[in-house]
Amino acid sequence: MILLDSVWYRYPSGTVALQNVNLVINRGEIVALMGENGAGKTTLLKHLNGLFKPTSGRVEVDGVDTRTTTVASLSRKVGLVFQNPDNMFFCTTVFEEVSYALMQFGFSREEAEERAEEVLKTFDLLQYRNSSPFTLSGGEKKRLAISIVVAWMPSYIAIDEPTTGLDGWGKRRLIDLLLNLRDSERGIVLSSHDVEFVSEVATRVVLLLRGKVIADGPAVDILTDPRLLEEASLLTPQIPTLIQELKRKGLGDLNHKCLKLDEAVRCLSEIFSKTGSHFRGEGG
Amino acid sequence: MNMTIEIEDLSFRYAGSGRWALRNISLKIGEGEFAVFAGATGCGKSTLFKCLIGLIPQMYHGEYSGRVIVRGLDPSTTPISKMAQKVGMVFQNPDNQLFALTVENDVAFALENIGLERAEIERRVSKAFRIMGIEDLRHRSPFELSGGQKQRVAIASILALEPEILILDEPTSSLDGATAKKLLEELAEIRRKENITVLISEHRLDLVVREATRLIVMESGQIIADDEPREVLRQLLEDDYYMIELPKISRLAWALGLSGRRSIPLTKEEFIANLWGIGS
Ligand SMILES: Nc1ncnc2c1ncn2[C@@H]1O[C@H](COP(=O)(O)OP(=O)(O)OP(=O)(O)O)[C@@H](O)[C@H]1O
Ligand SMILES: Nc1ncnc2c1ncn2[C@@H]1O[C@H](COP(=O)(O)OP(=O)(O)O)[C@@H](O)[C@H]1O
Ligand SMILES: [Mg+2]
Ligand SMILES: [Mg+2]
Repeated sequence: MILLDSVWYRYPSGTVALQNVNLVINRGEIVALMGENGAGKTTLLKHLNGLFKPTSGRVEVDGVDTRTTTVASLSRKVGLVFQNPDNMFFCTTVFEEVSYALMQFGFSREEAEERAEEVLKTFDLLQYRNSSPFTLSGGEKKRLAISIVVAWMPSYIAIDEPTTGLDGWGKRRLIDLLLNLRDSERGIVLSSHDVEFVSEVATRVVLLLRGKVIADGPAVDILTDPRLLEEASLLTPQIPTLIQELKRKGLGDLNHKCLKLDEAVRCLSEIFSKTGSHFRGEGG
Repeated sequence: MNMTIEIEDLSFRYAGSGRWALRNISLKIGEGEFAVFAGATGCGKSTLFKCLIGLIPQMYHGEYSGRVIVRGLDPSTTPISKMAQKVGMVFQNPDNQLFALTVENDVAFALENIGLERAEIERRVSKAFRIMGIEDLRHRSPFELSGGQKQRVAIASILALEPEILILDEPTSSLDGATAKKLLEELAEIRRKENITVLISEHRLDLVVREATRLIVMESGQIIADDEPREVLRQLLEDDYYMIELPKISRLAWALGLSGRRSIPLTKEEFIANLWGIGS
């Protein structure tokens, strides 16, 4: 488990970016940090692998205080993917980028190369193995950055805005990947502005506002609370907003906490098959 | 309609790359259009945008063929500084666009450079700051901002230039929801009022389709669909095209058989109207 206990963080220039943050992140969870630009999401994520140390308070990873160890050894446990992937690349080819990271974490050359090959295949990047990471398109860079971290299989994976630059297909693949990682008992923390993506994948949502946690709970509770979402400058996700509106219009026993597209399809088609011709679509 | 952008049979391959990033693109965009470009990552959206301001082929080298005319100028030979007076472009990665000591200077710099008067600079800077909601960042260093704050500053700098053509490459990708919505509404508004041409690439169609006059879908360097947004959405739903994230409302209506040939709902209101058979 990762524990944040009364964490405050002040940047050297004076900005106070975190104010008394208390948070526990367990394996098997997918936690989404959400909130307006500048709320403190990136600052918080950088605490998880010890890159930032709290100005006051304490961060522990599986019982180890991040102040008592190095970023290198913490990173074995907590893999962090940056908001801007350019900041992670320094090798001349995509393949080296992944295999080098693996060798840093003690994999032999053969193992590293084997795994790199596998992971690039999973992320559909094998065609670029000999390209420079800097010539990839935005979404491809993001995929590469995530694949580097997933390759060494840390216990916790922190991803800063995983969907920026990803297309529809990339997002679906990412959702499957994150769910798989969760099933293998990894703990996942991500930051995102994409309420539609978060609706499909997160088990828990933490809302930040000006460095403070203003809500922390099951995704289905937080993402169906329009007042909270507005306070945090988030858009309301389409499915629950629609469902709430349908309920207001008197449409049957809908579960207003339905969040995902598949759930909505299932639940609405059941209702329609019961009420039959009451509703008239225009063909289709 | 007056054509602002005319592209004829444009192809481009980056030096050293085995693939053509753009293949035989032909496209005309009229004055005052709001065109959304969508497509899988790597399909060529950013490459196409770079051709419109002349970065390709002037800064990025490679094999270039075809003809591009933007506001009567040929971006492949016109100095980029001259193109930039007509075309304001916000790049995908804001880190490469900020340079000054304060946010305010960053936004005002280009305006000073083109010799505007103090009062006009102040008017434009204030307006851009208001639209992007960055008044309180005015005296901060752009290098000490969050990713989304940097993006907001980069967009404000371009808005302040008040160019005739605005190109935004995935502008909402790191903006919070409220700011993304505000930006798109403002863009739609200045387009209508001032007849500015807006080109925008975006992965999340639910954010942009309502404002767009046109939706252009690219795949592997080619244009595979180009029409009124609702019509393109219908085609994409029909083909079960999964490279682009279609609005969930539209997908839900489609899955339930609630969307007719003419009326793919984009909003909950439209969904409900379809459901009750109103207005169809
Ligand atoms: N390097 C830095 N130096 C000083 N202040 C910073 C620095 N980076 C961020 N800040 C400030 O710290 C606060 C939190 O920033 P942070 O990057 O954590 O926000 P965020 O929630 O990730 O935002 P975004 O959604 O825009 O990525 C903001 O007020 C920001 O301006
Ligand atoms: N600077 C570059 N050098 C070489 N290839 C590049 C460069 N930039 C992009 N590419 C390649 O060109 C293709 C189109 O990329 P891009 O225009 O960035 O796509 P999009 O913006 O639609 O995601 C991709 O295959 C990408 O890998
Ligand atoms: Mg951030
Ligand atoms: Mg791009």
